[in-house]
Amino acid sequence: MLTLTHFLVLSAILFSISMAGIFINRKNVIILLMCVELMLLAVNTNFIAFSYYLGDTAGQVFVFFILTVAAAEAAIGLAILVVLFRNKRTINVEDLDTLKG
Amino acid sequence: MFENYSDSQVYLAIVLAPLIGSIVAGVFNAYISRAVAHTITIAGVAISFILALFVFKYFAFDGAQAYNETVYTWMVSDGIRFEVGFLIDNLTSMMLVVVSFVSLMVHLYTIGYMQEDPGYKRFFSYISLFTFSMYMLVMSNNFLQLFFGWEAVGLVSYLLIGFYYKKESAIFANLKAFLVNRVGDFGFILGIAGVLMVFNSLDYIEVFNAAGAKAGTTIEIIPGTEWSMMTVICILLFVGAMGKSAQVPLHVWLPDSMEGPTPISALIHAATMVTAGIFMVTRMSPLFELSETALSFILVIGAITALFMGFLGIIQNDIKRVVAYSTLSQLGYMTVALGASAYSAAVFHLMTHAFFKALLFLAAGSVIIAMHHVQDIRQMGGLKKYMPITYWTSLLGTLALIGFPGFSGFYSKDSIIEAVHAASIPGATFAYYSVLIGVFVTALYSLRMFFIVFHGEERMDHHTKEHLQESPWVVTVPLVLLAIPSVIIGGMTISSVLYGDYFTGVVFVQQAHDVLGQLKEGYHGPLSMILHGVMSAPFLLMAGGIATAWYLYLKKPELPGKIKNSFAFIYNVLDNKYGFDTFNEKVIAGGTRGIGNIFSKFGDIMIIDGFIVNGSAKSIAWFSSIIRNIQTGYLYHYAFAMVLGLIGLLALVVY
Repeated sequence: MLTLTHFLVLSAILFSISMAGIFINRKNVIILLMCVELMLLAVNTNFIAFSYYLGDTAGQVFVFFILTVAAAEAAIGLAILVVLFRNKRTINVEDLDTLKG
Repeated sequence: MFENYSDSQVYLAIVLAPLIGSIVAGVFNAYISRAVAHTITIAGVAISFILALFVFKYFAFDGAQAYNETVYTWMVSDGIRFEVGFLIDNLTSMMLVVVSFVSLMVHLYTIGYMQEDPGYKRFFSYISLFTFSMYMLVMSNNFLQLFFGWEAVGLVSYLLIGFYYKKESAIFANLKAFLVNRVGDFGFILGIAGVLMVFNSLDYIEVFNAAGAKAGTTIEIIPGTEWSMMTVICILLFVGAMGKSAQVPLHVWLPDSMEGPTPISALIHAATMVTAGIFMVTRMSPLFELSETALSFILVIGAITALFMGFLGIIQNDIKRVVAYSTLSQLGYMTVALGASAYSAAVFHLMTHAFFKALLFLAAGSVIIAMHHVQDIRQMGGLKKYMPITYWTSLLGTLALIGFPGFSGFYSKDSIIEAVHAASIPGATFAYYSVLIGVFVTALYSLRMFFIVFHGEERMDHHTKEHLQESPWVVTVPLVLLAIPSVIIGGMTISSVLYGDYFTGVVFVQQAHDVLGQLKEGYHGPLSMILHGVMSAPFLLMAGGIATAWYLYLKKPELPGKIKNSFAFIYNVLDNKYGFDTFNEKVIAGGTRGIGNIFSKFGDIMIIDGFIVNGSAKSIAWFSSIIRNIQTGYLYHYAFAMVLGLIGLLALVVY
């Protein structure tokens, strides 16, 4: 029997994996972007689980919106990445430190 | 006074007419022609002169009561009223006539003197502005307006000394005049503050009425010593007068002010502005009478100025400087009269002096025009036959200055000498001998200049000599018009001004100081004064001075050089003007610069710049150099910080 706890644990694991991906990955910006998407999915999972167990469909409606926005965001993110690559000739995270004080 | 017009409108017209002229000539300088500029300013001054004559008649002959009204209240602060108002009485009406007459003459004269000057319109604007300022000063009925007029004449004087603003010496001279006057004005404003503190009012009449009751007030400036408040106020006010009326040691600016054009020397630095101090003390006589210490102080300062500045006139070679030193000396005489409580005599001398000194300056200017702006008397000589009008008018002016019996200066100067003789306050004996010797000195330097310039051999170069001629009528007419009062005004007015009741109710003299009252007993009209005068010590000294000047500079012109060589030390002292300039340069200016340097080094550079300004910037830089290490520039570090922050926030919300 699947309980709410199972879903929450799953989403927590997904979230942690994505966060680890952000921190541990030092190479590729695309992986960073993927991790961010994964993070969103983890949150979405949370939304759906709560929606189902609390019997409120509003959460599922939200997920639709979030997915739509995430798709748009991914498109923009990739577009920025292309521009970044054109300018810097690299997408290596280690090299992108212009914010350094 | 005039039917259908209130008095205050007439007084306002007197003040505003020259101001309007000045504004038109000054502000619309570029849009009007020279003729318009001088016409409008002269019209302004002429209107005020005519009105001043009516006012004078109204007070002197119709015996009008003093007029004291406020025309405008600027503001009221804590019960103290700052106002513009007029106090018109016999003293004011006399000053108005003197100022407007001399000013009008100078305006006319300027047409001739400044003919070729590019600053023609500007000059007219300035002298009209000066006339306005002087009116404000003498017509004021409160200390605030007095101070306004005081500063305004100082400002115009500054502008006019530096009129040739491309000439370096003129710039130095006007800065010097301004700085020295600031010292005096500082004392003056402290004096006004003292008046405000004691009387809680700036209005003359209120202050004078309350003066007797407050005579015993004391003040502790240095803890433990009690000073009479009246003495402190009077001496402070007199410090202002010392600056403006050029008394030792604040006299140093006056000789240098000769850098300005000659008409200005006549108007401002001889006839009117420098007499502001004399006028002020006379106006404040109810206060000054309460402090014998202050009177003694005035007496001694005046005596020193009268005698020692006269000595300096003997060795000067610049025609204007000789007259300038004689102005200093004559101002000293007036101050002596103030100190002896003979206020009427001081104002009387002020009036006669205004006429003959303006005359002498304008005559000097006429000579300068003829000499193509050469001012050194050693290059002149024998001008008598080329410039008859200038010659005769300056002869009259000179005789008036040295106090030749019958001339204006005789009445006023002899009265001062007699008044000092009769005075009994401390310092009177010293002052008496100073002014007595001063008569000899005055005669010596005046006639020296006169003989060197107008008689003797012609020392000018050939080129100048060819062009020597009498000045145009705009120059000579003022000379003649000024020569008339220089001769007759003294004898005409002495009976009423000095020994009559002209100043009753205007000038306040305590019974114990009333030297003029004592002299009155021995006075039997101007003619007997002449008869008595030719047998007195001043006349003998004056004759001695004339004879000495004649002997040294006409009979044996080689003698002065020999005397100069054998008394080289005295000559050097005089040539250095007793070292006042050197002292000011070295000690005052040097000391100020030294203190300024110290403050600059420690206060400004070390504390303000080093510690406060740069120090705070440096500490921020140091702090940020540590903080910046956090900013690695790696995305994942920022993300990590965000997550940490999120966790922190959550923790805060949950617990």
